[in-house]
Amino acid sequence: MKIFVWTEHFDNKLAQASKEAIGAAKSLGDQVTALVFGQNVDAIVQEAFHFGADAVIKADDATLADFRAEPYIALVAQIARDHQPDAILAGATTRGREVLGGVSADLDAALLDDVLSLSIEDGKLTATRAMYAGKVLTKEQLSGEGVQLATLRSRAFKALDADTSRSGEVISVEPVLSEDEIATKSEGFEGTVGEISLTEAAIIVSGGRGVGGPEGFEPIRELAKVLGGAVGASRATVDAGWIPYEHQVGQTGKVVSPDLYIAAGISGAIQHQAGMRNSKVIVAINKDAEAPIFKLARYGVVGDLFEIVPALTEVFKEKLGK
Amino acid sequence: MHIVVVTKATPDTGAKITVENGVPTWKEAMVINPWDEYSVTEAVVLKEEHKAKVTIMAVGPAEHDDALKQGLAIGCDEAIRVWDEALVGHDSLQYARALAAAIKKLGDVTLVIFGKEFADSGSNQHIYQTARLLGFQVLGSVSKLISLDFGAGTIKVERSVEQGKQTVSSKLPAVLGVLKDITEPRYPSFIGIRKAAKAQIPVWGLSDLGIEAGTPKATILSYSEPPKREGEVEFIEGESPREIAEKLAEKLLEEKVL
Repeated sequence: MKIFVWTEHFDNKLAQASKEAIGAAKSLGDQVTALVFGQNVDAIVQEAFHFGADAVIKADDATLADFRAEPYIALVAQIARDHQPDAILAGATTRGREVLGGVSADLDAALLDDVLSLSIEDGKLTATRAMYAGKVLTKEQLSGEGVQLATLRSRAFKALDADTSRSGEVISVEPVLSEDEIATKSEGFEGTVGEISLTEAAIIVSGGRGVGGPEGFEPIRELAKVLGGAVGASRATVDAGWIPYEHQVGQTGKVVSPDLYIAAGISGAIQHQAGMRNSKVIVAINKDAEAPIFKLARYGVVGDLFEIVPALTEVFKEKLGK
Repeated sequence: MHIVVVTKATPDTGAKITVENGVPTWKEAMVINPWDEYSVTEAVVLKEEHKAKVTIMAVGPAEHDDALKQGLAIGCDEAIRVWDEALVGHDSLQYARALAAAIKKLGDVTLVIFGKEFADSGSNQHIYQTARLLGFQVLGSVSKLISLDFGAGTIKVERSVEQGKQTVSSKLPAVLGVLKDITEPRYPSFIGIRKAAKAQIPVWGLSDLGIEAGTPKATILSYSEPPKREGEVEFIEGESPREIAEKLAEKLLEEKVL
């Protein structure tokens, strides 16, 4: 099977979701080609090889410097027409879902969106997906006609270990659209420096109504910092304006699956559970021993988060040597 | 100035959903797709600011009428439901083709707004598919509308992506996928609900749109419930917060999740 992977990068580094998608493609196909778009992307091309790509199709052009859906979709579709891969994969990031969603219409090719697992059965791409924010799992399959598309949920697939001795053939292609033909302009980017994105985080410390107010997130942030994790929040705290929406975990927030999820002062409404129930190890800290969150948790502490969370921060500072 | 906002009915987010006889089952009511509380409100806010017309649309059987009526009650001018028995078991591409054909039939639409994703399927591909089939620009993951000028045919938005916020300007016509940050949702007034309850919602079939249903290229083979997690909790106790924290830290180091 000939598989293409649309990759993305940020700050001159290949995105983790793209590394995972290349890893998944390697386990499914015999020939994996990474698509690398941008400006001055040679370092990214090398990284794509290190993480498993056998070949790279590179488009290095000023019109591709910042992500824009229109030129990116048009180019992936054109490359697919020219090179006829069996499948195209991408990380199910904001951009990955936009690109393959658009390509799906351009090529009249079906897409399995945000999949949790992927296999090939009789040449047909077959996936596990989550419906109702993970309350139900589905097995879904494409018909196998033409190019088959899938976006892969972050952290659901394993990236290969980097092998810096690997390299391969690089094919350079030109963009499809010139700047005059592109109707969108990227006018600026404001990065969230130092903050780990929730969907990519291996560790998440979340606060709920029990934090009591905006300042109640301070001990949550300190613990997250010591653990190198991201800060999550329940819907109630976001709706109350205690913390920005980007932090919301749950059915109308982000669906996450870290190795460790620490829920402090979160009762565990069904909508919140839907967003975090696939975490590997869940720790619940809550005053109310009857809180539903304890039913999901591996470890529970019945107590005051304002005592337990700072104590945990202290202990981890010592144990992790920070 | 004609805006289309797209919706559907989905189970209440508080619903407990199980798989019975192979199909997802719940007792709770169907509600407007929760992400669409924001997109529908934004459409109505824009209608007021720009004296635009807002048509709310859904593709699906009659169970989606209540979501359309909620849109009318909030302030959308008209509702249209697109449905045809030939679309039973449709995939996202078939959905997008029917929707795009219906939007084209309206003739004068320059802005289409979707909520972030469908809360039932967890998918957002229909947004990008519809945009490409219409030949409109697509701006997904929009957290703020910075400016909109129907006269000049321009729009500027802030998009939230994993690493931060991107400001993008575009020519109209455009399709937006909007996040919760876009606006504070409005809820229907009593008068709005009464008015909407009487609305007769037209249903456009595929022959009205002049298209064929086609065949699905993506199929759901089976549904299952995720593995249960219940019953495994180990409570950590101790004389002091420090003692509890030390015991818990030991456990977590043993789990190798740090």
